[in-house]
Formats: sequence, C-alpha cells, structure tokens
Amino acid sequence: MLAFTLRRAVQALGVMFAVGIIAFSMFRFAGDPVNQIVSIDTSAAERAIVRKSLGLDDPVPVQFARYFADAAQFKFGVSYQFRQPVSALLMERMPATLELAICATVFAMVFGILMGVYSALKRDTVLAKLFQAVSLVGISLPTFLIGILLIYLFAVTLGWLPSFGRGEVVKLGWWTTGLLTLSGLKALIMPSITLGLFQMTLIMRLVRAEMLEVLRTDYIRFARARGLTTRAIHFGHALKNTLIPVITVAGLQFGSVIAFSIITETVFQWPGMGLLFVQAVQNVDIPIMAAYLLMVSLIFVTINLVVDILYTVVDPRLRSTVGRAS
Amino acid sequence: MTEPVLSVRNLQVEFASRRGTLRAIDDVSFDIAKGEVLGVVGESGAGKSVTGLSVIGLIDPPGRIAGGEIRLAGLRIDNLPPEQMRRIRGKRIGMIFQDPLTSLNPLYRVGDQIVETIRTHLNLSEQAARRRAIDLLAEVGIPAPEKRIDGYPHEFSGGMRQRVVIALAICAAPELIIADEPTTALDVSVQAQIISLIKRLGRDHGTAVMLVTHDMGVIAETSDRVAVMYAGRIAEIGPVQDVVRNPLHPYAKGLMGAIPTLAGEDKRLVQIPGSMPRLSAIPHGCSFNPRCAFAFDRCRVERPEPLPRGAQSVACHLYDTMPAESAA
Repeated sequence: MLAFTLRRAVQALGVMFAVGIIAFSMFRFAGDPVNQIVSIDTSAAERAIVRKSLGLDDPVPVQFARYFADAAQFKFGVSYQFRQPVSALLMERMPATLELAICATVFAMVFGILMGVYSALKRDTVLAKLFQAVSLVGISLPTFLIGILLIYLFAVTLGWLPSFGRGEVVKLGWWTTGLLTLSGLKALIMPSITLGLFQMTLIMRLVRAEMLEVLRTDYIRFARARGLTTRAIHFGHALKNTLIPVITVAGLQFGSVIAFSIITETVFQWPGMGLLFVQAVQNVDIPIMAAYLLMVSLIFVTINLVVDILYTVVDPRLRSTVGRAS
Repeated sequence: MTEPVLSVRNLQVEFASRRGTLRAIDDVSFDIAKGEVLGVVGESGAGKSVTGLSVIGLIDPPGRIAGGEIRLAGLRIDNLPPEQMRRIRGKRIGMIFQDPLTSLNPLYRVGDQIVETIRTHLNLSEQAARRRAIDLLAEVGIPAPEKRIDGYPHEFSGGMRQRVVIALAICAAPELIIADEPTTALDVSVQAQIISLIKRLGRDHGTAVMLVTHDMGVIAETSDRVAVMYAGRIAEIGPVQDVVRNPLHPYAKGLMGAIPTLAGEDKRLVQIPGSMPRLSAIPHGCSFNPRCAFAFDRCRVERPEPLPRGAQSVACHLYDTMPAESAA
C-alpha cells in the first residue's frame, strides 16, 4: 500500500515537472516580459537593469532551475499588473474558489446520486423521464448561458438572490468564508448551481447507467433469492457497487470544477482565482497565468492521487492486488 | 401419504415479446417429497431454469406465471404478494445459482453476507448470527471457518465460493433448495464434491432439492427422480434408475444414448437430429415430432398428455397406442 502510494506520488511529481516546463516557457514565448513592465519611453540602459534585476539575462536552464525552485516554495514572482507577489494574490483568492468548487461538487454529488438512483429504480415514471430530459439540457447548455439565465430569473426578475459577488465574508485567519453570513450563503447558491449543473447531470447519468448494470448482475439476483429486503438490495448491495465509478468521475471532475470556475466566476464576478486568471489574460500578466496553470495542475494531480487511494478503500479486490504488488 | 414439499400443477410461464406472447413453460406438473432430490434435465432453453425461477418467484419481467399453481408444503405461493414471497425466499426456499464467481457481492465479506441473510430471516443477535454463519461454513466444508468468515469473495476459489453460496442458500434451514446448474461452472473434481455436499445436506436436513442441470451424469449420481424437459414441457418423469436404464420417451432415449460410457464399447454416440424449436415456432402436436424417428400422423396434430407407465410418466403417443406390456 505504501509502495503503491509512493509510486503514484513519484508519477505525480513527473507530471508537475512537465507542467512546470510549459509554465516556464510561457515567459519565453509570450513576448518580452520587460516590455510588460516598463513604459514605452524607458531607455535601453534602464531596460537592461530591469532585465538583470529579474534575472532574465541568465541562460535559459538557469532561469528554469530558479523558476522551478521558487515554484516549489510557492514563489511565483510578482504580478505585472498588481505589483504584488503572485502567491499572495492567489492565496487571497483561493478560499473563494475552493468554497465555490466544494459547494458545487456537493450539490452535484447529492442531487446527481439521488436523481440517478431514482431514475434507475423507477425507470418508467414520469419524474425519471423528466430527469433524463433535464440532464440533457444540463449537459448541452454552456455554463455561461445557464449562469446568465439564472441571474435573469432569480436576480433580475424575482430579485431573490444577488447577481454578483460573494456577499459578506468572515475572516478565519487567512481564510475568508461566505458560509457564515446570510448574504454570503445567498450569493453562493446560483454560482454553485451554475458550476455544478454539468457535473450533476454527468453523475446522474452515470449513477443511472451503473445502477441498471449492477441490478442485472448475478449477485443482485442471488441477493433477491436470499430474500433480502428491496431496500437492502438497492441501497446496500447495488448502490455500493455503483459508487466506484462515481467516485472516480466526481473526483476527477473536481479538478475541472476548479478549472471551469473561470467562466462561472466571470459571469458572477466571483472574486476567486478564475476571475484573477481572466484578468491576467486580458493584461498579459504572465506570472499569474503561469502560477494558475501550476496550481490547477497541482490540484488535478493531487485529486488523481487521492482518487487512486480511495479506490482501494472502497474495493477490497484492489486492496489485495495492490498489497500483493507492493 | 404426506404432503409433498413442493407441488407444481399445470404451470404455465409466458414472456410477452414484440412478436407476441411466447410460452416458455407449458403445462408442467411435478412434486418433490421431503428429502427427495428431483433432477431436471434438458437442452438449453428447454425451460429448466425458468421452472426453478418461477418456483422461487424470481422470473424477470416481461416473464410471468400465466397459469397453474405452485404449492410449498400446501401453501399456494405463486400468487403471493411480493413482500410475503420475499419472506419465503431464502427462508423456506434456498437457491443456488450456476456461477459462484458472480453470485457473491464482491464488496462485502462473505461473513457479512451470511449474517445479513440470517438476520433477515431469523430473529438472532449479531453474535448469534455470526456463530451460526461459522457453523454453516464448517458444515459446507470450508476449512478454518472462523478465519475465512472475514474473507472477501475474491479470496475464495470457485469451489469454495460455491460452498459459500450453498451456505447462504441453507442458512435459514429451508425446506426446499433449488440448485440451478450448481456444478456447471466448476472443475470436474470439484463438481463431485459439491454434488456430494448437496446430497448430504438433503439427507441430513430432510431438505427437498430441485436440481436443474443438463448433465445426466450429475443427475444419475444425485437424484432420486428425474424430469426430462423439452420445449417447455416435461417429456418424461420417473425414478432415476428407470429413466436412465429404460427411457421411454424418444427424446429421453436420445438423451441417454448421447452419454458416452467408460465401458469402451466401440459404437458411435447417438445424436438427436435437428435442434430444439424456438419458442416462437413450437410445432403443432408433439413439440418433438420433427426430430422424432417414430413420429406418426397423430404426433403432428395432437399434443400428447402425460401417461403413467409404471413408476414413470411419459408424454408420448407411442405409449397410448401400444399395450402396456409390449412397451416395457
């Protein structure tokens, strides 16, 4: 088990190294960073000083090594537009994004699993068919459109929910949370639904398909022949077997939830990392873009690792093969 | 005469399909007495498994019992509400399926699955149910049951898993066990062990067993009586030694002729020409008539009803026209 975890961790480091190369090369290929910092009438001598002070006159491998060493300590340089350390900017924005992503994922999991189980068990009911139809909408409508429609309905027409921002936030150390105030919670509803809708429909369709598959298996037939209650069969035996692929998808999707929050954050002017990134793109603020790329891939890689380990917790067969392999 | 454990009368099972209703089981009747093993043989699709499933009430839609009745120790069970039928399944009727590799839920320890079944049917505490589960595993021949009870299904071999499945089937001491091809998926050497286990359990507990298989060897070793099924009907039923040594129905004759012997007689195995009809195209009259070497006009128009011949019963017109003595 330990060897398995270590092996996966080494693979994860390899992925991060590759992403680091890509992030670093952004600095090289997206124009001369010095031009982004200085104004048009800066003299060539002054430009050379800036270049030297930023270490941009060193050979590329040296620059890369320095960038990588700094990135490993979460130092991503200074933002061109804010003149602040990128890591401080990201840290400041991260709670907003994580809170949104977690709420969206919880929303997606809870409703996705419930609706999926329902539409598998009561396949022919009107409600199950409605779920199927709604899930098609959720899968095919682009996120920004859903967000705008929600804003139009609940913020503009009905005036129930705020159309942008996080509401009031409470500071808990360096973390800021909107979960403790009413306005914060209200502000969280629409962005969470917008961000989680795609995942919800995905999970719902997956749970439904897996559940139907599992209900056809021999061990479910045998469980019925043993006279177990329908409840025990559906929720004890069938659902647990359904959850393995659901964990994978939900876990992997959590990474995309954070990555896709760029759109939702833009629509709702949500002060998170995604919004920061969009602003960075508009201003060619490469340190932020590179750091964001690294952060998102770090999250993806970590999630993959956790999902792999979680598998072995749910499925005893994997536990022993993993144990044997190590 | 004591009441049979299982009594099936004129059972009809139908499957609604796009091309009309297909009759999978047509007018099947048989009894199984306490402690008796009834073997049910026939080719694939003859309706053996469907018969077993209809007894335990697990025919999947669109299939349904269209007629006849099934009685368990006198109690009619074919029309019970689902919840009452569920209480009978596993408690009064145990079932063993063909593939032990897929019959157990891979995510639960075998002990948990046994305890769950015991506690569904019997009012026992967790500890008492666990003790009973260990006893059951010991009874079905699993070594070191107090350790193996905490194993997962994938840690057991095929034969051992089938023993666990049997332990699950008998955990509430049922009156009837339906074993649907219990040895088909196993090695030959393991088959013999499982067969003797089923036989022993039937003997020790007086459990009636309905053994569904296409393996005449298994039937000959295990069963007291045997029913030969063809195209959803019982062609012949009778004591196993009579049916094996002196089959009456031309189809049963063909089946017995198709068993290779170890005596090494240098003769060709008999083949039954053709194949069993599809359910959508069952011939008029006797469903076996297109493949039967002895078929005559009556076979093509009139369906033969079961006729008693000594201890056997055979559904064939040949025995209606011939005097009883010459047929023996």
